[in-house]
Amino acid sequence: MVKKILSIALCAVVLLFIYAPILLLVVYSFDNSTVINLNNFNFSFGLYRDLFRDEKIMEILFNTIWLALVAAALSTVLGTAGAIGIFYSKRRVSKPLQAVSQIPVINAEIVTAISLALLFSMVFLYRTYFSLIVGHMVLCTPFVILSVLPKLKQMDSNTYEAALDLGASPTQALFKVVIPQIFTGILSGFMLSITLSLDDYIVTAFTKPKTFDTISTYVYNAVKNGTNSSTPALRALSAIIFIVMIAALLIFNLRAGKRKKEERAR
Amino acid sequence: MMKLHFSRKQLCIPYALFLLLFVVIPMLLILFYAFTETVDDKIVFSFANFANFFTSTAKLSTLLMSFTIAIISTAICLLIGYPIAYILARSKFRKKNVLLMLFIMPMWINFVLRITALRELLDLVGLLSSQNYLNTIIGMVYDFLPFMILPLYTTLEKLDNSYLEAASDLGGNKFTVFARVTFPLSMPGVISGITMVFMPSMTNYVVSDTLGNFNITILGKLINEYFTTYDNWHMGSMISIILLVIIFLTMLATGGFKDSNTDARGANLW
Repeated sequence: MVKKILSIALCAVVLLFIYAPILLLVVYSFDNSTVINLNNFNFSFGLYRDLFRDEKIMEILFNTIWLALVAAALSTVLGTAGAIGIFYSKRRVSKPLQAVSQIPVINAEIVTAISLALLFSMVFLYRTYFSLIVGHMVLCTPFVILSVLPKLKQMDSNTYEAALDLGASPTQALFKVVIPQIFTGILSGFMLSITLSLDDYIVTAFTKPKTFDTISTYVYNAVKNGTNSSTPALRALSAIIFIVMIAALLIFNLRAGKRKKEERAR
Repeated sequence: MMKLHFSRKQLCIPYALFLLLFVVIPMLLILFYAFTETVDDKIVFSFANFANFFTSTAKLSTLLMSFTIAIISTAICLLIGYPIAYILARSKFRKKNVLLMLFIMPMWINFVLRITALRELLDLVGLLSSQNYLNTIIGMVYDFLPFMILPLYTTLEKLDNSYLEAASDLGGNKFTVFARVTFPLSMPGVISGITMVFMPSMTNYVVSDTLGNFNITILGKLINEYFTTYDNWHMGSMISIILLVIIFLTMLATGGFKDSNTDARGANLW
């Protein structure tokens, strides 16, 4: 009994530590004073109104989202093709490819970032949209490979041969037989890429065009220049992102859990 | 039939080229820059950066400081993460997946925003202006704790109960069972957790800047400064090489890189 109470208490304390800052920001996004003051709470939607009127922040939000979508889409296509290629290649080819593919996963992000800066500055593409998107693809694609490969391994390889026997061309077999069977892996690779891209600061900072900002670089610079305290609308922005992400994750996972249960019931 | 297999294999060519161009060549460029210098607009081979790093007290003390911060942060993550992972993995609660998700969900939410939120909280409790080092460590733990909990949970969850039952049937008390059976069997998770937390704690300067009021220089920040502030890419590359050697040594010391590390980045969440 004592053990159980202690366990619950520990979990509660850690959860409090994890969620206290998030909760604080969400609650005080409904208070329009510049600095958070626990003794003084004036309920207002003021920050949200300021946020949506702030053209700069809206542009940055838009930038962050399109960058994530483009980088994730390209990474998913490249990574899915790569995973299928790796799966059907001989070990002599697939092993080294998978090993190199792990480099961006293990490497410190700052090292990836400066390595790309060195490369792009040599070919005069440093701090362009091209370097930015490639930078995000370097971060995301290995994770697409890692999400898709296990699905390929689980797949019944006879179905592909059966499709060919039944007269499908290899391309048709690929799109109508292989892709549908690994689709959940592709989808999780895509979602993972979006979250990785949205989360990134360091690679973005080293590859982005000078005038381009994502939420990460904008907020970091605001803290650096001391302007974050004069822009309380950022609290509302954070609050929206926290709530949207938590809701998306909960819905996606609860549904995935339900799907798994249904599969097991069958 | 031959032609067909060939065409499926070809699908990895774009990715292979991508890796060559944007992973392998850039890494070789770091190596090249690290062992060269720019003299009169010409790039010449040199060990000067290497020698400079190991004779500069400022750089060596940054290295030591990064190490200290990373070791303390990793130890705290392990001390908090292990019991949490153990409780979650051993619990008979039916929806323990949902519970686990509550603990690891933050790793999917923009870390700059979360660290800025933590900054507000530390400001409220009065720590922000005075405790740069403490705040940095709190921030590292805050940011990287999920990366410790997830691999630990995965290994502990898979643990075969019969081993533990056998151990207690053979007369082991609870402590012996844990120390001699459970803990050794969970070592793969401990190792992945450590590698997942240690390296970012040495390099993620967003955390140390935001919470240490831009007063703390860790290794990642030093590399950044050589690239942006001092405009000495050769020295920046040399520090990166030293960092890579440290990463490699940690891998060797902890028994190498496991697939579970990538699980820890949470491919199973989506």
